[in-house]
Amino acid sequence: MYRYDEFDASFVNQRTEQFKDQVRRRLAGELSEDEFKPLRLMNGLYLQLHAYMLRVAIPYGTLNGRQMRKLAHIARKYDKGYGHFTTRQNIQFNWPKLEDTPKILEELAEVEMHAIQTSGNCIRNVTADHFAGAAADEIADPRPYAEILRQWSSLHPEFSFLPRKFKIAITGAPNDRAAVQVHDIGLQLVRKDDGDIGFLVYVGGGLGRTPMIGRKVRDFLPEEDLLAYSEAILRVYNRYGRRDNKYKARIKILVHETGLEELKADIEAEFEKIRYGVLRLPDEEVRRIEAYFAPPPLEVGTAKSEAVEARRSSDAAFAQFLTHNLNPHRVPGYTSVTLSMKPIGGIPGDASDEQMDVIADLAEQYGHDELRISHEQNVILPHVKLDDLPALFDKLVEAEIAEGNAGLITDIIACPGMDYCALATARSIPVAQRISERFGTAERQAEIGELKIKISGCINACGHHHVGHIGILGLEKKGEEFYQVTLGGSANENASIGEIVGRGFSSEQVIDAIEKLVDTYLGLRSGNEETFLEAYRRVGEAPFKEALYGAA
Amino acid sequence: MKVITANRLLNGDVVWLGENQNWVERVTLAKIYDGKDAVANGLETGAMAEKNQEVVGVYEMDVTVEDGVINPVRLREKIRATGPTTHLEFGKQAQAVSA
Repeated sequence: MYRYDEFDASFVNQRTEQFKDQVRRRLAGELSEDEFKPLRLMNGLYLQLHAYMLRVAIPYGTLNGRQMRKLAHIARKYDKGYGHFTTRQNIQFNWPKLEDTPKILEELAEVEMHAIQTSGNCIRNVTADHFAGAAADEIADPRPYAEILRQWSSLHPEFSFLPRKFKIAITGAPNDRAAVQVHDIGLQLVRKDDGDIGFLVYVGGGLGRTPMIGRKVRDFLPEEDLLAYSEAILRVYNRYGRRDNKYKARIKILVHETGLEELKADIEAEFEKIRYGVLRLPDEEVRRIEAYFAPPPLEVGTAKSEAVEARRSSDAAFAQFLTHNLNPHRVPGYTSVTLSMKPIGGIPGDASDEQMDVIADLAEQYGHDELRISHEQNVILPHVKLDDLPALFDKLVEAEIAEGNAGLITDIIACPGMDYCALATARSIPVAQRISERFGTAERQAEIGELKIKISGCINACGHHHVGHIGILGLEKKGEEFYQVTLGGSANENASIGEIVGRGFSSEQVIDAIEKLVDTYLGLRSGNEETFLEAYRRVGEAPFKEALYGAA
Repeated sequence: MKVITANRLLNGDVVWLGENQNWVERVTLAKIYDGKDAVANGLETGAMAEKNQEVVGVYEMDVTVEDGVINPVRLREKIRATGPTTHLEFGKQAQAVSA
């Protein structure tokens, strides 16, 4: 994985020193809160309902055991013994003290981590497919490009005061697991017949109060033009993006209001001006960065492991885990394993310090010291030998992260909601917990099959509800929590925005409503193979609407 | 009926403005402000405390009083006054107190 060079290291250390001094000046009264707030936000420090919250960047969701162990240490020493993995592949600590944050940032810098650009109107952490560098369907590892984008966008002087935040996602596989079409820029790696690598480029996707699917602006952007073209998009956005209204300031609104063709022409015109300049990516530089992400040495094995097959037939929980939590690896004899951070009835994305320590150990013991955080709030061991699965599973059971539910109805994305968040209008986590309990038996989950439920506690949509097969949005109505349900959303290569099915539900009613939707699906699917989303796309909303509200 | 609330600058703890311009850790110990002028006075006291690096994010919130116990009206403020409903071991609810 990527290692800091002396430039990265001195840059992060300088920022840590700078923030230490800013905190000192704030506590001494030399800086007012109005002056200090933008500075702390630039370092990922928010003030939430109960306490400060520190958001630490995990670039493109990749980290190693040593880094995970440091996160465990921070949770234990400076927080309340847990952290929360987010939908942007980051981790949040919910209880740090202001006076401790400089020390936390120092500790993070020791393991080449930081909290820079995890907040504010800048280019945020670039996210990537969590099976990057391992997946069988991958054209190329997207992380070298994500790293190149990270270096370009870190403290980019021209893009430090954008109209609004800016999020970039990249996938190296045609099966999009990084939700690229709902990002400000979405990149999908493609390879031409002659072997040349490039990107399919989407612009203007996003969720929030105005959800939109990104529009395609390039079918094939050559590798060497990645930075110049990205810079051109950002320049056009920085110049024309609205600054009069923060709710209309994302690039998606600019795309919508300007029109795709005109905006594309603006981007291309800007690109022509700079494409042969300093941002042109030299091949040797791409290969140099790529070398950091060289896969570990993996001996080619057989596609089936006898040890695994023997255990499968005698252990139902193990069998369930194998069915749902493995992703095909490009090297026979290996697999990518999803460690579910969604225990039945638990809090999606939370990990205790002990669990983080165990995960770090397992990465070193069974996973070539590589870990990924998924935007679905799970942890991945990307390179695990099939023969090691039984032993690994036993350790996961011990650490209570062995639920075989990846992609199933209990693998719910939920934002922190009103239990923590100052912006929330309703709670999200308790709804996720109750759904998880309602559907949590192994048989029932398996019978329902792939079903992605995503829950947000306010219109800002951190829980990605718009792209849930079933989406749940928590609002406040007459002082009570109130939940609006959407159907048919998807964040993969066939992305779609879910549609509101009808009037919302109280906190008491919403779980029964979800169960009615699930039962309706089970009653009308063409066979076990037809997923909820496929069935919904085939039959439309009518039967679901009728189940919830009766015949019209 | 309102009380004035904020977070402590140093550790982010939720606090309410009590008697004698003290910031208290439990909502039921807060001072009640009734009427526009009284609330404006309370907010002014809060603004001073913000200037003095005691607290941040001062605002007023609605409460009811029943049998001498102050309760926040909105769910958001109820959760601030107790702690995450998903983690009963954390937040103010974890501190052994009697109303």
